[in-house]
Amino acid sequence: MSTTLGASAPSSTTGSAPEARPEQTLGPARRIGRAAAGFVAPGTAMIYFSLLVLIPIAAVASNAFGGGWSGFWGSVRNPESWAALKLTLISALIVVVANTIAGTAIAWVLVRDRFPGKWVIASVVDLPFALPTVVAGLTLLSLYGPDSPFHLNASGTRLGVWIALAFVTLPFSVRAVQPVLAELDRDAEEAAASLGANSATVLRRIVLPSLAPAMLSGAMLAFARAMGEFGSLVFISGDKPFSTEVASLRIFNLYESGETTSAAAVSLALLLISLAVLLVFGAIRRRLTRPEVTL
Amino acid sequence: MTRGRPARARLGRYGLRTAVLGYLALLVVVPVGAIAYRAFASGFVAAWRNLANPSGATSAGFFHALTLTLIVALIAVPLNAVFGVIAALLLARRRFPGAALLDAAIDLPIAVSPVVVGLALVLVYGRTGWFGGWLTGHGIQIIFSIPGIVMASAFVSIPYVARSVLPVLQEIGTEQEQAAATLGAGPWQTFWRVTLPAIRWGLAYGITLTTARVLGEFGALSIVAGDVVGHTQTMTLYVGYLFEQSDTSGADFGAFILALITVLVLALLSISKPEKGSPSWRSRFGASRRDSAMLPLSTTSL
Repeated sequence: MSTTLGASAPSSTTGSAPEARPEQTLGPARRIGRAAAGFVAPGTAMIYFSLLVLIPIAAVASNAFGGGWSGFWGSVRNPESWAALKLTLISALIVVVANTIAGTAIAWVLVRDRFPGKWVIASVVDLPFALPTVVAGLTLLSLYGPDSPFHLNASGTRLGVWIALAFVTLPFSVRAVQPVLAELDRDAEEAAASLGANSATVLRRIVLPSLAPAMLSGAMLAFARAMGEFGSLVFISGDKPFSTEVASLRIFNLYESGETTSAAAVSLALLLISLAVLLVFGAIRRRLTRPEVTL
Repeated sequence: MTRGRPARARLGRYGLRTAVLGYLALLVVVPVGAIAYRAFASGFVAAWRNLANPSGATSAGFFHALTLTLIVALIAVPLNAVFGVIAALLLARRRFPGAALLDAAIDLPIAVSPVVVGLALVLVYGRTGWFGGWLTGHGIQIIFSIPGIVMASAFVSIPYVARSVLPVLQEIGTEQEQAAATLGAGPWQTFWRVTLPAIRWGLAYGITLTTARVLGEFGALSIVAGDVVGHTQTMTLYVGYLFEQSDTSGADFGAFILALITVLVLALLSISKPEKGSPSWRSRFGASRRDSAMLPLSTTSL
């Protein structure tokens, strides 16, 4: 027992449940309690998760092949669905690149810059995460729609889609980078600067390599969110086929018109594309992650 | 070094600050400010008059939607809190077959479009779904009814409690739990007296994130709820419905109420954020890098 007491690192705690307990005669209540903790609670949790998440996702996959492989492929290659999937993937990538740059800049200002009123920015950054998407969509429409005070009518255009996606994904990009930047050791930067590196070189050789994995983590969350976004896009996108109809809108329209099998096929395609891109991002992040060097 | 900063670096700093403030202003601050402005300028008075008239359709729809939203949150959030704690305990404390699968699958709802969530639930629990025949035979209706709304809300918000609690559990280790067990405490006693007090801030944080997600859900509900006015319309559906009916003042008022609730939730978030949490919690266990992130989501498994 005492040999395991020092184990507190996350990796080593994973399997070390209290193994050796003093043997004692257990009352029936205690025995039931122990059984509940051992099997009933985890079992119930797994059933809950299966009924809620796993079985429904399996149902989407199964229904997608309701018309066989050719039915699935036909639904995905339907010109309107194909255009929607392409638009979704391209838009998500554009917005993620833009927000990874903007999010890193915002995180930088939040951590390194100092000016009065900075706390306002810190709290504003989380608003898009907590604000209901429908509210986000309506307000973006009132600003960048037909009655735009800036005379910038983006409703029914791809720009409108990108604005909405940028709004809802911004917190992920900022909040993934911020804590890593805050913990970044500035000694290396100062050493590089004292050795004559200019600030661009310090940024490129010292700061960005350390931030890259966090930036990619933020990009992954933002990408996952952007691929599936619906609420903020319903009103501002105008839902125009071949132009602003993203995949989630296409799935909704297919479902509403009773084409459930096609809706399931496009859903599965969307999910698979998301997961494939996320796997690529994850692989890049693993390559970029530097081994921890302790001085 | 900081004293002798060249003018160019200072220029860069001001430039970056201006660019960041401009981006945030155009993307977030101005739109959110506009909600309040519009609600007060055009819609607020008119919408309030509608509400004050108890026989009015707007009033009935509004209060029904608000009540339904709160009922759904009161069911879905506790369910997910219990599940999240159990899942986090399983992942942190036990080695079992399928642990890696559970770890990956818990994040799945983040990568699934809300519309697909709605569709998936219909395909299983709808009239023609996998369990549809059995459910209809037993007179149970899930889709187009409150259970379906609860399930959709629970689906989209399932990762947050587990992801907030898991790093805290890994951080605190098992020493205290083992000590309690050695002293003869049963698993439940250990949980209530040792584990739960240690994870309470992570749990509070996760519950707040879950609540925010549940209150704001729209896409999954627009498929599952059937959008029957005064029956299965939550606040978000109600706001969307009013907008489609061209009742702009009503939609603005509803959006304003939802935004107010959001600000309240954000205030709760900043209180329960582990970083700023109870000082004793911080000093006792230290704050890991992961804890200080606002959104405690791991993408390692994605």
